[in-house]
Amino acid sequence: MRRYIDRTGRALSFVCAGLVIILTASIIYFVGVKGLSTFFFGGASVKDFLLGTRWLPEPSPEQGGASIGSLPFILGSIIISLCAVCISAPLSIIVAVFITEIAPSWGRKFIQPTVELLAGIPSVVYGYIGLSVIVPFIRDTFGGQGFSVMAGFLVLSVMILPTIISISTESLRALPDQWKHAAIALGSTRWQTIRLVLIPAARSGLVTGIVLGLARAFGEALAVQMVIGNVRQIPTSILDPAITLTSAITMDMGYTVMGSLWNNALWSMALILLSISFFFILIIRLISRKGVVQ
Amino acid sequence: MNARLADRLATVMFWTGAGIVLFILSSLLFYIFLHGAKSINWHFLTSPPESIRGGGGIGPQIFNSFYLLFWTMIITTPIGVMAGIYLAEYAKRNRITNTIRLCIETLTSLPSIVVGLFGLLIFVNKTGWGYSLMAGALAISVINLPFMVRISEEAIRDVPNEMREASLALGASRWQTIWRVVLPSALPGLITGGIIASGRVFGEAAALLYTAGMSSPALNFQNLDITSPASPLNPFRPAETLAVHIWKINSESIIPDVRRVADGASAFLVFIVLAFNISARWAGHHIYRRITAGR
Repeated sequence: MRRYIDRTGRALSFVCAGLVIILTASIIYFVGVKGLSTFFFGGASVKDFLLGTRWLPEPSPEQGGASIGSLPFILGSIIISLCAVCISAPLSIIVAVFITEIAPSWGRKFIQPTVELLAGIPSVVYGYIGLSVIVPFIRDTFGGQGFSVMAGFLVLSVMILPTIISISTESLRALPDQWKHAAIALGSTRWQTIRLVLIPAARSGLVTGIVLGLARAFGEALAVQMVIGNVRQIPTSILDPAITLTSAITMDMGYTVMGSLWNNALWSMALILLSISFFFILIIRLISRKGVVQ
Repeated sequence: MNARLADRLATVMFWTGAGIVLFILSSLLFYIFLHGAKSINWHFLTSPPESIRGGGGIGPQIFNSFYLLFWTMIITTPIGVMAGIYLAEYAKRNRITNTIRLCIETLTSLPSIVVGLFGLLIFVNKTGWGYSLMAGALAISVINLPFMVRISEEAIRDVPNEMREASLALGASRWQTIWRVVLPSALPGLITGGIIASGRVFGEAAALLYTAGMSSPALNFQNLDITSPASPLNPFRPAETLAVHIWKINSESIIPDVRRVADGASAFLVFIVLAFNISARWAGHHIYRRITAGR
């Protein structure tokens, strides 16, 4: 009896862990099949989808053939998440160094818990704040609609701050104290220690944090959709409205018929999102492997 | 520039940077609560929303959010803890374990809108349930599961090995040791992690748009018959949550007081999420102290 329970327990725990594999495999399978059917059965070409700019999934007779050029969506996603990271990453690393080196006592007691609490603020709330504060601010200061690339990356840059700060703080804190002591004993100033010893040593952790922030920005849907204007064009300035992969899916999924070209194109966009999150995982794995060797 | 001056300048830069970030984050919270406080009252929190006129509340949405959280945790906790047990206690360093870890990473980093699409295809269309609370709970479970597995694995790994050895030496079997000794000791970690996970689930919206739906039928809170479509307890009815509601009224609602409702709903949502996070910290300390009788 006891052995029977033992085996059952072990088997059950294995099944539950295996469920994670089944789940991942089925997500990849279904998103992959639906996403690729655009090209295999819908007759669209991959090149037009990735590099085309003409988005006419349901053309009227006088407009000619259907076309699902998604470059504006892809570029929109890339521009906005990269801009967000460019703002957020330096600030986050400064805060992380501040917490660990400049003000370790109240940094740990006060700033770090605050940052961690804020990591829990739902993204839809960030979107709403963006809509009610940042969009009007841009409209009044720079003119235009206010719904713009700039509003998008400002909202995202605040949203990913807590993510990058927590991971950077942890990787800086994990460094052995002796390294810092050795640098100071050699006559380095605090800034020299930070710049020449601590930051290079924590490099892999810092980059991991940045990549995770980038992934979060890239995959965020609602916060971006609320402030970016959702105009299907390639933006020429940061004050232009734009559209991203996630916001296109958010907006159109409910209004398209399953199996139509439009709907399939949305699945293909989801497949791009999926592949890119794989790409980010790959980068993080490569970085952490490198970190171990050092 | 000499080294001392550079050091001074750098210190100024660090203080300024930290100041800016703290300012942004605290004014964010301040803004949310200041605006929310104006619109939150008992009527707002309990009455149903209006579709055309002003003056509606968010009562059903609050209920739906908590009810959805309830089902999500019912689904993910057992699976997550069991998978955590496997990874912490049984898993060898082999290809299967590596695959499981890679899958957990994949699920963690999936954009939630992609999970929403998957949910729409499988839990809404293939099951034939339509937009329903259960479809939403399953979709959110996909997002929550990797998190629960990681939390459980960490909590179980944190249990000192001496406790396992003592239990095994007393003649307990592997499973008895896990079930009676390791899991109870891991409980503080599991509870803390579970509460943090709840906060994340509570604020999730993108995966719910096309699974739990963007509408809530008229609910009769006297009706406790779980099979009736008007019953709040029926898990197979559409169930718009608080986070989804904030998005929906801002993008397609025609009520005149969108700002008031959205302010109040955001403040309430953030309040609940912060309450989850703070109580997770508190619960961790408290339970740890109760169990270890230490400080």
